[in-house]
Amino acid sequence: MAMAGEKGRGRWFVIAVPYLWLLALFLAPFLIVFKISLSQDVVAQPPYAPTLDLAQGWAGFTEFLSGLSFANYGYVLDFSNEFLEAYGSSLIIASISTVLLLLVGYPIAYAMARAPRSIQPTLLMLVILPFWTSFLIRVYAWIGILSQEGLLNQALLALGVIDTPLEILNTNLAVYIGIVYSYLPFMVLPLYAALEKLDLTLLEAAADLGCPPAKAFWTITFPLSLPGVAAGALLCFIPAVGEFVIPDLLGGSDTLMIGKSLWTEFTVNRSWTVSSAVAVLLLLVLVIPIVVYQNIQQRELEAGK
Amino acid sequence: MRKGLTWFNITSIVLGFAFLYIPILLLVIYSFNASRLVTVWAGFSTQWYWALLENEQLMDAAWVTLRIAFFSSLVATVLGTMAALTLTRYGRFPGRTLFSGMIYAPLVMPEVITGLSLLLLFVAVNFDRGFWTVLLAHITFTMCFVAVVVQSRLVTFDRALEEAALDLGCPPFKTFFKITLPLILPAVVSGFMLAFTLSLDDLVIASFTTGPGATTLPMRIYSQVRLGVTPEINAVCTILIAIVTVVVIIASVMTKRAENQRQAEERAAMTG
Repeated sequence: MAMAGEKGRGRWFVIAVPYLWLLALFLAPFLIVFKISLSQDVVAQPPYAPTLDLAQGWAGFTEFLSGLSFANYGYVLDFSNEFLEAYGSSLIIASISTVLLLLVGYPIAYAMARAPRSIQPTLLMLVILPFWTSFLIRVYAWIGILSQEGLLNQALLALGVIDTPLEILNTNLAVYIGIVYSYLPFMVLPLYAALEKLDLTLLEAAADLGCPPAKAFWTITFPLSLPGVAAGALLCFIPAVGEFVIPDLLGGSDTLMIGKSLWTEFTVNRSWTVSSAVAVLLLLVLVIPIVVYQNIQQRELEAGK
Repeated sequence: MRKGLTWFNITSIVLGFAFLYIPILLLVIYSFNASRLVTVWAGFSTQWYWALLENEQLMDAAWVTLRIAFFSSLVATVLGTMAALTLTRYGRFPGRTLFSGMIYAPLVMPEVITGLSLLLLFVAVNFDRGFWTVLLAHITFTMCFVAVVVQSRLVTFDRALEEAALDLGCPPFKTFFKITLPLILPAVVSGFMLAFTLSLDDLVIASFTTGPGATTLPMRIYSQVRLGVTPEINAVCTILIAIVTVVVIIASVMTKRAENQRQAEERAAMTG
């Protein structure tokens, strides 16, 4: 099959430009992070050592290699330094949030897929619209709602549901609300895409054969929507593990999340080498979900052809 | 099961949309509050909007952010479209797996990692941090979103037209601009808009990669938000929400019209 510019320089140009860009600004930075994670902090410019001095040739290179060490990893993995706890609690918070997102998102996506065709595009746009408005603004909106004198407490007090204001802001509960709220479109869209493709004759056949709706849902609809469930779950889980803004603005001082620890290590303690080690370990934790996510994306793409 | 909505479905949609929209609505309402206390309603007022115009720091930050968002999304759209063509049109080539990996990974990569790694790159090559470094960083992470959006259009696209042009001797370069680009234009435009809003919105990557003199609006908002909720911030947010809403609605109406027109033309071509 003839493809646009299959042969010739045009093809290589189209491939090379984005390829080189990503090599230089996506892959190379990771190698630098890895290298710095093996270095030590020094008071100099740049604030880490050793640096590779190519002018000294081979001797410079061996000196550079001998200066590298895994000391920062030892520091990060030391139980007394709270980083391990932060990794653990990030994974837990992200997992619980993903389950909550599924519970909230699935009924919405399901109802959207069942809605009359004519209003589906409108519903879809209504789900996407909040995603276009700033993430920071959406998180900020919850501060005014959840705080001690916030709108939620005022409403509950006025209704007589509670006598004393609830403490929600600066707790993990607020972090869950924030994550579920900000990531909901990422969950609903892949679920909707999977449910919308569902062949309804399968359900009709099940009903004709006397299968109750609930059983038909669990034996037909849900298994067939699993690709959407997996895509949505990973699309929410992976960024949630490294989330910084939500735990910082809505969480309390005892909310440990690794994205926040990395930020603090970098901006407050100003240790570039330790933050690099934290980033490398975070990437190691996430590499399996990221690869699984890429495979799902790839399969979707092949299926679309 | 019949097609159609049950009470459970309607309740899910209503509650879901209430959850999505009530917080934003409250934020907008309280930006018109006369009181400085954001949680106590004291009558309608637009004073906070006027106060914004006096706030030079915020206005400067808004201007920096708009420039970065515009230029970064322009470049990201070109690079992302090229990447999408590479992924869908060029079959296998050495290093394709690495390439698709580098396209998909940034979509889910925690921002703290992307930000830190780009900063360390700029330090390593001794690049002065500021406007340009944020621009480069934004191009890099938004081009992948553009690539995915354009790619999804390219895979569902009828190749016959392209092939016909090529068979008739139209050079590939011209075929792209005459045939392919007009057909995928809605996706390219939504890719551009996605890149624009992502750039407008970004706090973490910009904070890592910026330098003196290039403070973006999210960075300003963030540093004020940390001190608490203020009506000025509500007003800034309301303006941003209004801009985004209007742009998205106009764009979706335009895409829909373009899509209808395209379908009509295709039908006409088939029957004519």
